[in-house]
Amino acid sequence: MELAHPARSPSGVLRNRDLFDWLYALALVAGAGLALVRYGAFMDIYDDLILLLHVPVLIAIGWYWKPFRSFLAAVAGLSLASIWLYQGDLARAEQVFFLKYLISSQTAIMWMSALYFMATGAYWLGLLARSEFGEKTGSTLVWIGTAMGTAGLFARWYESYLVGPEIGHIPISNLYEVFVLFSLITALLYLYYELRYGTRRMGAFVMVVISAAVAFLLWYAFSRGAHEIQPLIPALQSYWMKVHVPTNFIGYGAFALSAMVGVAYLLVERGILASRLPAPRVLEDVMYKAIAIGFAFFTIATILGALWAAEAWGTYWQWDPKETWALIVWLNYAAWLHMRLTKGLRGTMLAWWAVVGLLVTTFAFLGVNMFLSGLHSYGNL
Amino acid sequence: MQRSTSKGLFELFSSMRFAISLLTVLAIASVIGTVVKQNEPFNAYLNQFGPFWFPIFEKLGLYAVYNAGWFLVILAFLVLSTGLCIARQTAPMLREMRGFREHAREVSLRQFAHQAELPGGLPLGEQQARVAAYLAQQGFKARSDQREDGVLLAAKQGSASRAGYFLAHGAIVLICLGGLLDGNLPLKVQMWLGGKQTTGGNQLIADIPESARLGEDNRSYRGNVFIPEGRAANVAVVSLDDGILIQELPFTISLKKFHIDHYENGMPKRFASDIIVTDDATGESFEHTIEVNRPLEYRGVTMYQSSFDDGGSLLKIAGRNLAAGSQAPVLEIEGRVGETLQLNHPRFNYALELTGFTPFNVEDMGEGARAAEGAEGFTRHLGSGARATDDGRELRNIGPSFTFKLRDEAGQAREFKNYMLPIEQGGRWYLYTGTRATQAEAFRFLRLPVDDDGSIDTWFALRDIVFDPARRDELARRFAHTSFGDGEDTAELRKRLIETAVNTLMLFGEKGYESIGTFIEKGVPQAERERAADVFVKILQGLVWEAWQMTREQTGQAPLAIDEPRAAYLRDAIAALSDSLFYEAPLFMQLTGYEQVQASVLQVTRSPGKPLVYIGSLLLVLGVFAMLYIRERRLFVLLKHDGNGLVTLSSNRKAIDVDETFERHAAALRGLLDPAAPAPEATPRGQ
Repeated sequence: MELAHPARSPSGVLRNRDLFDWLYALALVAGAGLALVRYGAFMDIYDDLILLLHVPVLIAIGWYWKPFRSFLAAVAGLSLASIWLYQGDLARAEQVFFLKYLISSQTAIMWMSALYFMATGAYWLGLLARSEFGEKTGSTLVWIGTAMGTAGLFARWYESYLVGPEIGHIPISNLYEVFVLFSLITALLYLYYELRYGTRRMGAFVMVVISAAVAFLLWYAFSRGAHEIQPLIPALQSYWMKVHVPTNFIGYGAFALSAMVGVAYLLVERGILASRLPAPRVLEDVMYKAIAIGFAFFTIATILGALWAAEAWGTYWQWDPKETWALIVWLNYAAWLHMRLTKGLRGTMLAWWAVVGLLVTTFAFLGVNMFLSGLHSYGNL
Repeated sequence: MQRSTSKGLFELFSSMRFAISLLTVLAIASVIGTVVKQNEPFNAYLNQFGPFWFPIFEKLGLYAVYNAGWFLVILAFLVLSTGLCIARQTAPMLREMRGFREHAREVSLRQFAHQAELPGGLPLGEQQARVAAYLAQQGFKARSDQREDGVLLAAKQGSASRAGYFLAHGAIVLICLGGLLDGNLPLKVQMWLGGKQTTGGNQLIADIPESARLGEDNRSYRGNVFIPEGRAANVAVVSLDDGILIQELPFTISLKKFHIDHYENGMPKRFASDIIVTDDATGESFEHTIEVNRPLEYRGVTMYQSSFDDGGSLLKIAGRNLAAGSQAPVLEIEGRVGETLQLNHPRFNYALELTGFTPFNVEDMGEGARAAEGAEGFTRHLGSGARATDDGRELRNIGPSFTFKLRDEAGQAREFKNYMLPIEQGGRWYLYTGTRATQAEAFRFLRLPVDDDGSIDTWFALRDIVFDPARRDELARRFAHTSFGDGEDTAELRKRLIETAVNTLMLFGEKGYESIGTFIEKGVPQAERERAADVFVKILQGLVWEAWQMTREQTGQAPLAIDEPRAAYLRDAIAALSDSLFYEAPLFMQLTGYEQVQASVLQVTRSPGKPLVYIGSLLLVLGVFAMLYIRERRLFVLLKHDGNGLVTLSSNRKAIDVDETFERHAAALRGLLDPAAPAPEATPRGQ
């Protein structure tokens, strides 16, 4: 396995770097520096802080998880190419071939959708036919799809400013945009575990939930026109959105992943696909790791949400349906972790619980907007 | 006996089983409050649940679940359970954190799941030195224990994971306590102990009794301040159960101006209040602008832009008569939003309640999207995320509107929404007025066509003639003359047409097209109905056209020649005449002028629990990360004078990475202790 155990001392971390590591770090520092120098005047102190914090975090992720470096480089390349092709004119999305058919935001997101569907097929083929080629293809497709989708979101961010300087905002403000974000984050988390555990066999299952999200996304865009860039209502005009929303979706993505691994576990336990899927103890370990990371980030996200609510709505907690369901999700996984870590519960029960957890999470994510009214109604169906 | 009972209770409340049950109960209880809308007016619940369930649900506290006694009891139990759990765990946890277990016997070490033999052969001192250096380099703290047959090095790392337990669970207690301070409980306590009680909402602030007033020394509240532009307020209204309390503020807030900015598509872009805050004690004052997401804190009170309303805009209204058969003059009305005016008239008595005013109404006036299919439909979704320009939508500001209620003497009210300016629909212009009986319904709109001058005068003049029984004969006679001339030969035809025309007018005057339809259905055989309807429509058009000419004659204008636009106007006018018979109001209220006054609603809060909650949140995050990501590991290395050594590992988590870690350490130690291997360089820790 490529992942070496990182040395404990700080100097060891620095000594074990290869050239690509340094170039990667340098590019990030230079990019952030350039952004600060050229566009600092348009950013407030919070924007500056968020930008600066991204540099060490992204460097750490890239150093710890090597493929992420190439991924981020590809995303940066695609996004910059898209911006360069636009030349500040939105109409060029219809005129320039590469924009229209490759890297304008909607096209890139369509590519992401298509690639994710293909990846799902490839993983299943690989799993059923015991074909390593199929699994590798699946993996590659997910990587490319994720790069396209991420670049698509960045292009969308840029496009929103072309629609109108006052309209421009980070594309995580409505249900359509966060569904793209959800697909991307779940895919990235999965890709991490794929390498960490040295098996591509879980892809067939995890990609199912991502494909479902993508299917919803397409329906939402084609039948409801949800892909249109809308300006931000006053309540959302805050730097908090930039931290609250992505943090939350790390949580949602990790919970979704754990549920799908839970499904795989339950099948293996019943002898279905047992010879093809990873051993139960591996599945169980991934399930735990995903829920742990999901729970940690969901905790932070809920707290960030409370801090934002205190500023926008005048109180950090007012039992709005979305808040309440966030609490229910949190309590659910808190109980799950207690059962596993303290009670030492293992196996079937926890796998079922993780699957049910996804239902609760889905309701908190989607159902609240569909069936209940409240302050978080940014995307009614 | 008693001792064992309390011990049992302690065991129960501090047990994991109890805590997990509480989490579950809390989650389920929370669901209720998301299904039943919270803190609505009690009347709404009465309508929703009916007279049988309403009081039962009220007793259960379902209208304010999160402040209900039973919900607070669950929370209290959660705090109790967590607190006891901490108390129970403290001593053993601290022992675990401090201790190295260096006295562990070999027999018990052999029970561990992770164990491996280590090669012997090197002198014991050398072995111990190498192992100790390795452990230090790997970040372990170690302690050694000399034994008869050798030495045990007991090492551990990640003890901070246990500190995470205290942080996370202590945080829960802190957050719950802080939340309790900021909830309704302090208010309820004041009501019980301070003899305060809520009062009804519909009264002047000055009339509200002392028992419903909270002083400036109140440390925890959340209320709303309603301030019209140019006015000031120094109290907030706190809603509690089905009543209100008045919270006095240590300062006065005056609203200079309230701003709403819109994006091009009509979505709101910015809500902001320009206020002046004047300290009541010192008289100092300063100006500030509060916006959504940009609150102001002053003297411990935080002020937020919460909402906005009409602050009493002055409306100038022309009340035009709609009651059949009487030619009342246009009623000039002037009033402010929020006021109730009496409309006294010989034929009716109504109370006019002016309820609202909106200076802009942005509506989609387009014809709807063109359906695109197949490849074209797909390529429309490629490109940028900006809205396509050809999607059939057309957002337009259609001007001011106002809402009002007309309440009759029996207390029955209908609600109306009238637009001030004519609105274009399919190339023609209309004035819209909507009406409904209850809030639950959507407005049904009556559209009055405007004439070439852009006014509805012509339509009202037509209406006066067409629905006036006294002028029916004259209108019919003129219509017959226009149709057949004055010749003797057509006298019989004229007579019959006059008869038919008078009948048509009578029928139409009852329920418009509906009564004509009923008449045809009853009196005309199926086969001839369509033709009969045609005749009626033709006659009506002729009559109304004639009425139009009469109105022009009365005002000294020249007669008109018919053309397509006028024919279209005629059709619209007749449709509106027919619909107006169902309009259920004696007057049509036309907005002729306004002076807008807005009001801002600020939320003011004092939250003494906030620092506790924030500290708790920070501790919670630290605790969760420490518990989940600091891995506690204990490595025991037993070295012997002669014979093989033993390495075992214990961890408080069972996970795959524990296996990996053990394999790595075991392999490294085997390498270090291999007598054939060269001695490692002495590497101090940290390199």
